[in-house]
This record gives sequence, C-alpha cells and structure tokens, in this order.
Amino acid sequence: MIDILMPRLSDTMEEGAISTWHKHPGDPVAAGDILVEIETDKAVMEYEAYESGTLVEILVPEGENAAIGTPIARLNDRSGDENVSLPQVAPPALAATAAKPKHRAATPLVRKLARERGIDLSSVTGTGPGGRIVRADLDALESVPTPAPLANEPVETGSPAPAAAGVTALPMQDGRETTTVPFDPVRQAIATRLTKSATTIPTFTVTASADLEGLLALRVQLNTALRDAGRKVTVNDLMVRAVALALRERPGVNASYSPEGRGQTLLHGRVNIGIAVASPAGLIVPVIRDADRMSVTAISAQTRALADKAANRTLNTVDMADGTFTISNLGMYGVEHFTAIINPPQGAILAVGAATPEPTLSGETLEVRRRMRYTLTADHRIIDGALAAQFLAALTDLLEHPLRIVA
Amino acid sequence: MSVITYRQALHDALRSEMLRDENVFLIGEEIGLFEGSYKITAGMLAEFGPKRVRDTPIAEEGFTGAAIGAAMLGLRPVVEIMTINFSLLALDQIVNHAAKIYGMFGGQAKVPMVIRTPGGGGQQLGATHSQNIELYYAFVPGMKVVAPSNPADAKALMLAAIRDDDPVLVLENLALYNTKGEVYDEDVPAEIGKAKITREGSDITVVAYSRMAAVALQVAEQLAESDGIDVEVVDLRSLRPLDRATIIASVQKTNCAVVLEDDWLTYGIGAEIAATISDGAFDWLDAPVRRVAMAEVPLPYAKPLETAALPSADDAITAIRQTLDAVARRR
Repeated sequence: MIDILMPRLSDTMEEGAISTWHKHPGDPVAAGDILVEIETDKAVMEYEAYESGTLVEILVPEGENAAIGTPIARLNDRSGDENVSLPQVAPPALAATAAKPKHRAATPLVRKLARERGIDLSSVTGTGPGGRIVRADLDALESVPTPAPLANEPVETGSPAPAAAGVTALPMQDGRETTTVPFDPVRQAIATRLTKSATTIPTFTVTASADLEGLLALRVQLNTALRDAGRKVTVNDLMVRAVALALRERPGVNASYSPEGRGQTLLHGRVNIGIAVASPAGLIVPVIRDADRMSVTAISAQTRALADKAANRTLNTVDMADGTFTISNLGMYGVEHFTAIINPPQGAILAVGAATPEPTLSGETLEVRRRMRYTLTADHRIIDGALAAQFLAALTDLLEHPLRIVA
Repeated sequence: MSVITYRQALHDALRSEMLRDENVFLIGEEIGLFEGSYKITAGMLAEFGPKRVRDTPIAEEGFTGAAIGAAMLGLRPVVEIMTINFSLLALDQIVNHAAKIYGMFGGQAKVPMVIRTPGGGGQQLGATHSQNIELYYAFVPGMKVVAPSNPADAKALMLAAIRDDDPVLVLENLALYNTKGEVYDEDVPAEIGKAKITREGSDITVVAYSRMAAVALQVAEQLAESDGIDVEVVDLRSLRPLDRATIIASVQKTNCAVVLEDDWLTYGIGAEIAATISDGAFDWLDAPVRRVAMAEVPLPYAKPLETAALPSADDAITAIRQTLDAVARRR
C-alpha cells in the first residue's frame, strides 16, 4: 500500500488545493495516468501516478487543501501489506460520497448567483422543497432592511420582529452592501507573499526619468521594418531588454537576499526578468529567461505567449520560476509614476509609468517631448542607494540611446 | 384572414398545393369516395380525379411503400394514414426506407413525401386507436415531424411539409379538428424547425405541442386571471428538427419550466425537452423541470377512466402551481 502525498509543484508552494480527482476509489491506476488536478498558488497542474495499482481511498476531497507531504490518497500497489478485506471492494460510489463535503441543496441558478454575488450559501436558509435554497431566498436576503449595527441599542420587545424569510445569519449588516469574495489559492499567495515582503524587507525607492523620443522613434522604425513579418514590438519589450542590459552593467542589482549564516547576497549569473501580468486569476509573474541574450523580437514573442498562457490559466511553474528581477508596467493605463512591492526573494523591482508629453527646455527653446518615469524599489539589506542610482543611470542611458538596446 | 377550423385549414392547404403543383397527389384509405374518415379530403376526388386522389386497400405498408417509390421518382405524395396507430403497419417503410434513402444512397434520390395522420385519445376509441406515438418518428434521423396546435399552423406547416424535400410526418389531432382560429387566406408556409412563443410571460415556461399546446394557452389565460401568474407558452410546432434555442432562451428568462405532452411520460418527448433545458439552461434553473403526461397505461375505453388517464388542464395547473411554490414565487 502506498500513500500518495501532496507534491511540491512550485518553489513557493506551501499547500495545494485538490481541484479534480481523475481517479476514484476502486479505479485501476497505471503509472503515468493522471491521478488528480492540484491548484497551487500559481496554477492548476495535473499530477500523474508514479506507480501502478488500484486507488483505494481518497483522503483529501475536491475543494480541500493539504500541506505538502500530507497523504492525499492511498494506492494499493499489490505490495502485499494490505489487509485481506480491501476497502476498494466497497462500492466506489459509496466511498466517493463519504469523502465529499455535506451536500447543501440549492438550485443551479442560486449557485450561479451566489458565485457572482459572493454569497456564502451556508448562511442562507432554503425555503424550497426539503430546504432547497431557491432564488427567492437570495432576493429576500438582499431586501432585508439593514439592522442598526449598534449592539447596545435597546431592542424593541413589544412586537416580535417579522421573521426575515430564509435568513439565519445576516452577513451584510454593515450598510456598505458588502459582498464577500473568498480568496482562491492565487489570491492567497499574493496576500501572503506580499505581506511578508512589505513587512519584513527594508526597502527604499529611487525614481528617474528618460527622454523617450528616441526610443519611440526607433520603435516606429522597427515596427515598419517588421510589418511584413507580421511582428511588432512594444515599449515594454524594449524596456525588458534595456533593464536586462542595465542589470548586466550593475550585477549587484540582479541579486537576492538569503538569511543563511549571518546573511548572504546571492548574485545571479543569469538575467531572468519577471513581468507582472494582470490575469483572470490575479497578479502573476511569468519569467523571460536570459532576457539580456534575447533579441527584442524574441522577447516580444515570448511575452505574448506567456501573457496568453496567463489569460488561459495554463502557465506552469517552470514559466514562473527562477526570476531574478521583476518589471511592473502600468504605463498602458496612463499611470505617471508609482512604486511596487518587491517580489521575494528578488532584491528589486522596477515600476514603470507611461511616456507622457512634457514641456522641455532644449537650449533656449521650449519643446514638448515625451518622458517616462520609473521607480526602483530595492531591498536595502543587499542594495545600497548608490548602487540603485547607478543602475537607474545605466538604464536611463540605454533608454536615451535606444540603438544600444537593439545592438 | 378568415376564421376557419383546423380541419378546413388542412383541407385548404392540400387543395392549394394540388392546384399549385401537379406532382402532388393524395393516397390513402377511403380518402376518395368516402372523402376521408375525418373529411379532410372532402371534394378532392371530384375536383382532381382518381389519378391524383388514390383510394387504396387497407394495406398501410403497401401504399406507404408505393408513395416512397413515387417520391423517389419525382412526385410529391401526401399519404393519409387514418390514425397514427395504423402507421405501425408501415413502420418499416417509414423508418427503414423513407428516412434513410437519401442518406444511404449518397443523395441520389430524395423522398419528398408527406404522411399526414392524426393522433390523440379522448374519443373512446380504445387503447389501440388512441395513441400518441409521434415520438417513434421524431426519434429517427432523416424524418421531420411537425405538430400544429391551431388552424393557422395546420395550414402553414402542411404547406411547408408538402414543399419540403424530406419525408415529413404531419401530426394532426382528433381533438383539434373542430377548433377554430384565424388563418391567412394566402399560402404562407411555415419554417419547419421553428418553435413559436404563443404567449409571452415572465414567471414560468410551459413547453408543449399539438393538443397540449392549445391546452397550455387556455391554462395560461386561466392562471393569469385566477393567480396572477404570467405563463410563457412555447409551442414546439416541430418535434424534429427541435428548436432547442427557443426553449433555452425562454427558460433562461423564467428560470423554471413545465412540459406538457399527450404521450407517455417515460422516454417521452418531455424527457428530451427536460434534457435540452438541463443542457442549455442549467445555471438558470431555479426548480426541477416538471412533466405532465398521460398515465402509463393502455388508454382505457370507459369514459371516466379515459378522462382520468389523459393529461388535463387541471393537471397542468397543478404542476405549474407546484413548480412556482417550489421557487417561492407564487403570489
């Protein structure tokens, strides 16, 4: 008998949620069969069986979490240590039912509306047949007049309060029309890791700006030349490559903090740029590996492929592993300037704003030229202010001499 | 527009097509001299002669097969089978030949044949002469089955059926022959495969066809009056092809549905409708789909038992009220 354990599917994974069991108690399992889909902090991944046998028992049902290394199922590999009366002879349906959380009757429409409105159905009483929750119960929930929030307000006892149809708890008593959206694993990972980042890393920020006219003109030239090939580069693609080259010039920024010993700076030999992407699942950071050695068009193609995978929730952990530096670009939203939170264990992150037209003195004459601002947030344990400033100076020089970016 | 009976509407459509296209001919038992058991073909023999109005022996398999052969060679036969019960004698011709010739022989021959035949109980004709077995034909790819519930549709669907290049079974209904309604004087064929919302409503969808679609409309008016319930009625009009989109859109609006059918419940047309709703409107359903159908017995002859076994307006009203109770939406 073999215990199947919750696997470690990503660097940062601490626990996984069982998304779908592909095998059920009693099912034969061959090595290589997909056993289960597991949702980690980054993606939903399929997990294959390494051994053949019969799935005996599911220990963690769909929808529940388990820490890495926890047994999630048991497989009879016929190694001989099982009892004579194997549990797999129990009707599979029975075993599957036992593992499922208690069923709460609600119509499909109610389940859909509850998902949309963030309503926890366990707080709603059903008035349909057999206690089934129907739409009217949700409507009643929303039309209940908001009770006074003060607990010490005198209670009228003269007439009993009219029974609010179908409501046992009033999760929306705060007058803000609040709906509760429970975290999914991705959101949970964002919250946990960024809280740790913001509360444990001593950071400072440095802002610089570059005249972007040259780079924008170059981009137009590049896109004209690439038009026949059906390709296109964005400002962000040029930015990724410029940052990668600047990191080569100032390798101290391409670094991570480690608490080993009395503390260590880990200097990374490869420049792997993470790109913060807003996906349906939330903020995720796919990585362009060796961006300093890639052409801008290659960076562009890979960025688009990764963004598509992010949109489809098909990024795997390899796509998101081994980043050494992160770029967060809100320029496309017209943001002028902002600061970002470090994506640990990386040492720094660059927040990029939009190229905005500004009046600029050129000699004696006033010109309108486009400038871009970018702000480095750095981990002061491993990066000092001067190094951060030198890195930004290197980046500014690249952006203002854009042929160097594509050279 | 004229107000005429369902019977007259069918007659008008047949006569009109006979006049329009000389390839159209009528064939069946006692349709000529006797003018048809239900008088749909009244006057036809006198007007069009024995070559185009063919009386046959009592031999459904034979005359249905003859019609299939005629259709393959370019004529457009309209076969009267006295009631749908007797179509069982021609089942092999219909299912294994009419429905399959076009597909099996690579489209070399079409079978532009119409079988018109009434179904329905309630006339004290006994278990073997009172059935609703349109499902047997609606089940078969290659067939089309239409089921008008009112005189206007009877004419429009009959016109469409005769002009269609596939075998079409037109389900008439004994209880509907004398019902009246407004009908276009002109010939306006319906589009086969399109259901019709015959009454718009917001509280519940009632899906029905043939006689029960007429019952559904009565019930809707009655419930609007008595309970303030706003029923939407979907009249299927065509059982194959089935207009799933119209059914689904209606249930997405009302969130619940009742299906009325004159056939037996188990494996019936209503089961297909319920599955269609489950497939297409699952996330809009606020109650299980209910079906109202005939009792699962051979239909008794005795009048009180016959009445009790057939689905009625009261049965429909009960199912509608219970469904709306289940979603707590009855006023």
